[in-house]
Amino acid sequence: MLSGWFIALLSAAYLGLLFAVARFGDARADAGKSIISANVYALSLAVYCTSWTFYGSVGRATSGGLSFLTIYLGPTLMLLCVSVIVKMIRISKAQRITSIADFIASRYGKSQLLAGMVTIIAVIGVVPYIALQLKAMAASVDVLLDHSGRSGIWLGLDSTFLIAVILALFSILFGTRHLDATERHEGMVAAVAFESVVKLIAFMAVGLFVTYGMFGGLGDLFERAAATADLGRLLQLDSSRAGTWTALIVLSGLAIVFLPRQFQIVVVENVDESHVKRAVWLFPLYLLLINIFVLPLALGGLLHFDGQGVNSDTFVLTLPLARGAESLALLAFIGGLSAATGMVIVETIALSTMVCNDLVMPWLLRSAWLQARQHRDLSGLLIGIRRVAIAVIVLLGYIYFRAAGEAYALVGIGLISFAAVAQFAPAMFGGMYWKQGTRAGAVAGLSAGFVVWLYTLLLPSFAKSGWISSGFVEQGLFGIPWLKAQMLFGLGGMDEISHCLWWSMLANIGCYVFVSLSSRPDAVEASQAERFVDVFRFDRRSAEARLWRGKASLDALVRLLERFLGVGRAQQQLALYARGRGVDDWRQLPADAEFVHFAEAELAGAIGSASARVMVASVAEEEDLGLDEVLDILDEATQVRAYSRELEVKQQALEAATSELREANERLREVDRMKDDFISTVTHELRTPLTSIRALSEMLHEDPRIDLTNRRRFLGIIVNETERLTRLINQILDMAKLESGRAEWTTGDVDIGAIARETMGALEQLFREKGVALDGDIPAVGPVVLADSDRLTQVLINLLSNAVKFVPAQSGRVHVRVGVDGSMVRVEVRDNGPGLTDEECDVIFEKFRQGGNTLTDKPQGTGLGLPISRQIIEYFGGKLWVESHPGEGANFIFTVPLPASEE
Amino acid sequence: MTKKILIVDDEPNIVISLEFLMKKEGFEVAVAVDGEEALAKVDSFRPDLVLLDVMMPKKSGFEVCEALRADPEMAGLLVVMLTAKGRETEVAKGLAIGADAYVTKPFSTKDLVVKVKGMLGTA
Repeated sequence: MLSGWFIALLSAAYLGLLFAVARFGDARADAGKSIISANVYALSLAVYCTSWTFYGSVGRATSGGLSFLTIYLGPTLMLLCVSVIVKMIRISKAQRITSIADFIASRYGKSQLLAGMVTIIAVIGVVPYIALQLKAMAASVDVLLDHSGRSGIWLGLDSTFLIAVILALFSILFGTRHLDATERHEGMVAAVAFESVVKLIAFMAVGLFVTYGMFGGLGDLFERAAATADLGRLLQLDSSRAGTWTALIVLSGLAIVFLPRQFQIVVVENVDESHVKRAVWLFPLYLLLINIFVLPLALGGLLHFDGQGVNSDTFVLTLPLARGAESLALLAFIGGLSAATGMVIVETIALSTMVCNDLVMPWLLRSAWLQARQHRDLSGLLIGIRRVAIAVIVLLGYIYFRAAGEAYALVGIGLISFAAVAQFAPAMFGGMYWKQGTRAGAVAGLSAGFVVWLYTLLLPSFAKSGWISSGFVEQGLFGIPWLKAQMLFGLGGMDEISHCLWWSMLANIGCYVFVSLSSRPDAVEASQAERFVDVFRFDRRSAEARLWRGKASLDALVRLLERFLGVGRAQQQLALYARGRGVDDWRQLPADAEFVHFAEAELAGAIGSASARVMVASVAEEEDLGLDEVLDILDEATQVRAYSRELEVKQQALEAATSELREANERLREVDRMKDDFISTVTHELRTPLTSIRALSEMLHEDPRIDLTNRRRFLGIIVNETERLTRLINQILDMAKLESGRAEWTTGDVDIGAIARETMGALEQLFREKGVALDGDIPAVGPVVLADSDRLTQVLINLLSNAVKFVPAQSGRVHVRVGVDGSMVRVEVRDNGPGLTDEECDVIFEKFRQGGNTLTDKPQGTGLGLPISRQIIEYFGGKLWVESHPGEGANFIFTVPLPASEE
Repeated sequence: MTKKILIVDDEPNIVISLEFLMKKEGFEVAVAVDGEEALAKVDSFRPDLVLLDVMMPKKSGFEVCEALRADPEMAGLLVVMLTAKGRETEVAKGLAIGADAYVTKPFSTKDLVVKVKGMLGTA
């Protein structure tokens, strides 16, 4: 039932559908309504999953168990480095990068040499990979036809060649349909995303069919596999292969960006940086889904075809066919076709761009033939070159396929390709993050890495295929043992991929770093290094203008654009650019540095940065800026940047300082207000006694007839008030000294008990006069503290005289207690006076706030005794407070810390 | 008729000197030592003039003055504020709430007597 014609028709129909999707994508792009959403972008990344994945990972799983997963873990980890990928995209947009070769060449001074090298490495590394796709396609067609009893030779041609031709034509239609040779292909991206969906659905359909249709679900499959000794091994992680796992994860992580097709999709075709964020989770999810059934399919195949010798790479087709599910097999075939065509289309388009821009153009631009056609439109020529390049690359793939056949060189090529493109990593990452990396360093690193790769991986694979003598693998080159290709310098015990990765990266990075450090970049390199590494900060407008000096003619540049972009597209871009600069007609634009830069960028989008540089230089009279001059300009730009950053920091500091100042000012104003209040209060306190003194003395002075009693009484008041005034003035001065910290202290060992007894003795008379009982509970010796004895006496006098003032005459009682409480000495002066309210307990320690307010007692106090006492106690590190309730007497307590013990 | 003067101050010595001074000038004198007592004495003693200290416990001189001015029965009562705080804002505040005169402590006894007599029309 599955005739060759039917399969051909089905394939053709499917390719036609793809083409329609691509046309739709292109049409929408032309209309300015891009269909490239974040989801489409993320799905298009799945071009990573080729037919090698579609058919091959089942095959790998039959021998390597879970190790096939590494190829998917690496990309997942790489995508997590969003900032690296976004930086790559930002640089590529700014520089109109067309390919990975262009990226590396542009970074290192728009070097044609580097662009060519990268292109050659990519072609050598990737053509066998394309051959692998052809092989997978051929094998899948053979499986379908074998099943219906037909042979692989069809109409006298072998089917693989037909497939190759169709794929080449298809790629040409896809990638070079447009006459304008720009770097982006939205239709292609849309088609690739569509294919990704198809291959996922196809693979999962087969997986579900086998797992649940042929077997009793995942549990059943795994149980049956575990029961078989050989298969049970596949389900376990082999820790001895951890090194291999690491190497595979690193390689595939690098491949997801550095394979030419991946760079094309991830970087060049990206329309919006934010799409990367979606891809970070959507793409790994895709990988997870497409891998869920790999192991079940492998186990199912091994169980079902036990001992029948069926190729495990074809299980995806043979399992459904074994149950007669032909339409499912056809769906699987379409899925495999999707995987292969997607890979071949994008890979050949990426490679053809590189070959055209970086190998053919540099040669053409120097040729006499092109010189003779100065004024011809070359955009058609560009397209032509690319079409031929695509055809040649696919043809090379086919030739490699024919030559290699079933040889090892084809089967292992996937990872060999990965290892080849991994050589781009040092020059790429170094170029993005290390300004000192130079062209010479990149050339040295790439060459060294490539040679090691060639010697330790590609050539041994040829040897294994029997194409060349395997002597250099087994005995070492020239019979030198430590040159054995896969045991270099005696390094054994590693698998070939890890071995190659280790030595090639060592050589690559070593040469790149060492040569970069010992060489000096030229002017173009230095300025490109700045543009790449500082892409997020580079001030294009100001720096570009100064990095180009010379004379250019608008006409010559426009002619150049028209030649390479085609007249229509050139005019379109010119108009767009003019509008961007606020000019109606591009003919009014000055041929200044900015215009030259625009023209070069547009050209770079078509023919690559290296060729674009050469072309612009050919029509403009450029003044060569010396390296030092360029470095000066860049340095200046860096300085301006540093300066403005500094300025920003300074401004922030200034703002902080201003607000601090404002706060300080606020505090000062508060202090000023308090001082004002204080002075006003002091004035009041001074004027009050003065009032009595003046009034009474005036009356005594003016009226000699005042009787003796009154005369005595008045003079007594005057004397008292004068004393009060003196006391007040002394205490104000004392307070001021304490507050300003200018008080003099004579600190020494003070026996508080002794001080208390002395003070009580001194005030005995005062207490006796009022009939107030005074007793104490004081240790015979000590406690001793470090303090000023006069000041402590002052505090005690103050507390005792306050107490005697407020207790009732005759029945009053004052009790002094000295004791130790933890690390503090505690002194209490307890009275049986009227007591204080909670509020009063606080305010009596404020200046000029007196308790009692009784007419009789008031003149005794100055209102400064307690505040002064508190200052003194706090100076010694203690506390002074009162515990009291109205009607229950008051207990004034102060503590002074004991000296820290000597232990 | 003898004019009546109420002396309000919480400083006993000032009260003593003012009482002696005013009595010597022939006024009938009563004394209060805080704001609340002052208001009570105004009611019972019905003075013609009050010598009113500002800084007092319970009710300040300003509060007493305001209360007096709010009472229409006391419309004819003369109020002389006495204060030890000499700031101009205090003087302005006193006059604004209806005091008839403002005397700063320490005062000249002669001037105070002249002022009080002038206000009472007994000079």
